[in-house]
Amino acid sequence: MPEVRELEWLRESKPSERMLGYPQAICEALDQALALDPRVFVMGQGVDDPGGMFGTTKGLHNTHGAARCFDTPLAEASMTGVAIGAALGGMRPVYMHNRSDFLFLTLDQLVNHASKWHYMFAGAVSVPIVVWACIGRGWGSGAQHSQALQGTMMQYPGLKVVMPSTAYDAKGLMLAAIADNNPVLILEHRHNFKYKGAVPEKVYTVPIGKGVVRRAGSDVTIAGISNMVNEALLAAKDLAAIGIDAEVVDLRSLRPLDETLVLESLRKTGRLVVTDSGWKTGGVAAEVAAIAAEKGLEFLKAPVRRVTCPDVPTPSGYTLEQAFYAAKDDIIEAVRTIVPPRR
Amino acid sequence: MNIPRETLLSLYHDMLRTRRVEESIESLYHEDQMKTPIHLYIGQEAIAAGVCAHLRDDDPIFTTYRSHGQYLSKGGDLNSMIAELHCKETGCSKGRGGSMHLIDLSAGHYGSSAIVGGCLPIATGMAFAKKAQGSDAVTVTFFGDGATEEGIFYESVNYAMLKKLPVVFVLENNEWAVCSHVSTRKIGENLFHGADPEHLYTAKVDGNAVLDVYEEAGRAFAHARSGKGPAFLECMTYRIRGHAGSGSDADLGYRSPEDIEVWAKRCPIRSFRAWLLREEVETPIELERMDAQIETEIENAFAFATASPLPKGEDLLLHIYGE
Ligand SMILES: Cc1ncc(C[n+]2csc(CCOP(=O)(O)OP(=O)(O)O)c2C)c(N)n1
Repeated sequence: MPEVRELEWLRESKPSERMLGYPQAICEALDQALALDPRVFVMGQGVDDPGGMFGTTKGLHNTHGAARCFDTPLAEASMTGVAIGAALGGMRPVYMHNRSDFLFLTLDQLVNHASKWHYMFAGAVSVPIVVWACIGRGWGSGAQHSQALQGTMMQYPGLKVVMPSTAYDAKGLMLAAIADNNPVLILEHRHNFKYKGAVPEKVYTVPIGKGVVRRAGSDVTIAGISNMVNEALLAAKDLAAIGIDAEVVDLRSLRPLDETLVLESLRKTGRLVVTDSGWKTGGVAAEVAAIAAEKGLEFLKAPVRRVTCPDVPTPSGYTLEQAFYAAKDDIIEAVRTIVPPRR
Repeated sequence: MNIPRETLLSLYHDMLRTRRVEESIESLYHEDQMKTPIHLYIGQEAIAAGVCAHLRDDDPIFTTYRSHGQYLSKGGDLNSMIAELHCKETGCSKGRGGSMHLIDLSAGHYGSSAIVGGCLPIATGMAFAKKAQGSDAVTVTFFGDGATEEGIFYESVNYAMLKKLPVVFVLENNEWAVCSHVSTRKIGENLFHGADPEHLYTAKVDGNAVLDVYEEAGRAFAHARSGKGPAFLECMTYRIRGHAGSGSDADLGYRSPEDIEVWAKRCPIRSFRAWLLREEVETPIELERMDAQIETEIENAFAFATASPLPKGEDLLLHIYGE
């Protein structure tokens, strides 16, 4: 299966390829997992609503029955524990949250328990759970409904964290996460949901822990995650127009993080911009920059730049939101501070 | 209740064995070969013994940092436990867990959490899986009075009731959470005692009377195993030793030494021994023999632990993720 290397919705799709909406790609992954593996079930507040969690679980309770796709009480902490216990009992739970902010209520179970049970008992047991949570960036969602928590969540050994950026990966990473014998957190960015992409109908997985080069280039590496990969690709397009050839690296997984891919790209380009939808301090961009400083200093021809959201809670007001979110233009600006003008 | 002689003797054996293990740990702790916090079960043995006597190997249990008694009564391997207390590679958690994280899957002990209340929802989830798989296994979780103050206790019992899950919540109310008495932390009876019996089977029992625990637990399991839903069993007892570490903490001044005395006199093992002799279930000689056998078994376990290798520093990064 060839990797999709371009921004899918800008790309001319080949007639042979089926285009699928991003949420529908997730739904297809869940549908296939439910059909293939009787151990799988999907739970979460509203997964059996008419809308089906933005479409990602739509109709699954009808197809697979209420015992395998069901609503939960508003009890995020214990329901995470229920998923852990069910996993220890031989099931493969997928627990969905429509806002990642609610993850904070689950941290005791997710971090103290799910991420430790394998280690504390020296491998005697595994906890194959998938927790899926959506960064609810949208219409003035504000400080408690649109936080990007990947910086916080990538810190825990024992927990895997992935953030897809394409419909293809959203399906493949969901299937990989369900097949994985460890707790896997999938953080989605709601902005991705408006895109379509080429998604094969067959069952496939995308490897956890492997990034991918979305656009090859020679002047600068733009490493990003989730929706910021799309912004990076848009930026690369504009940069090409002014003679700057950017390589775009989609990290895809945050733990394990594909260091090799970042360093290989850096060796080639000598310059690095890291972009993330989370905060700057102690986050994804900080971590990737640290890797570059620690292991790639010899390649660096210029300082590393971080393009992230500023260290402030997410505002609700429209004008403030505009100022808050990093986007294509911020990436271009950052690139131009480290790449000498070409024309 | 007509309890077979074999069961009576095995209840006594379980309690005595746990007590002797705890005493051995306690007497050797000062040597600093067990470099892990210990939380002794002395005085509470009747609860683990009385509850676990009903359990099959495929009935999962989840416990806390104070789990030596439950681990042993459920059939957990003694050598692996003592080795784990020495943080040895041959320990049940290969030295990664220590005293607070015991596991023995062959006995259905799925692990213990050092987070108060941490296993309540996990046991509930295990019961969910067992039910979904069509098994009649019953899952048990043991926890202290402190855990009932955590919100997750409410959430877990609520879910177990909602889905009629075969899980038995065993509260070991030993009055103390570290140095804080239960009366300073909550008021009145546990609210779940007032639950509709249709949704939750509840009982409160003298946790120092092994036959009472056995009998009540039996009802709770019959309820859960027959598909009627969860049960909540509160066992009233007392923590004889300090919260952690070895020896009496009567001199610390936070609780009255007289109370400790009173409860020490209500030793579940001593009273049951007297009963066994009075009822002529067993002779004193045979009970002594049992004690001697246990002592030998424990000596061997300590010898095994002492002779076992420590985990190697180079293996630090093992077991983070499963295959
Ligand atoms: C969530 C949490 N809060 C606090 C602690 C610290 N702590 C450890 S044991 C303990 C007392 C718990 O008492 P109880 O639940 O009655 O159990 P017992 O120790 O009496 O067996 C406390 C407060 C902890 N381990 N976890």
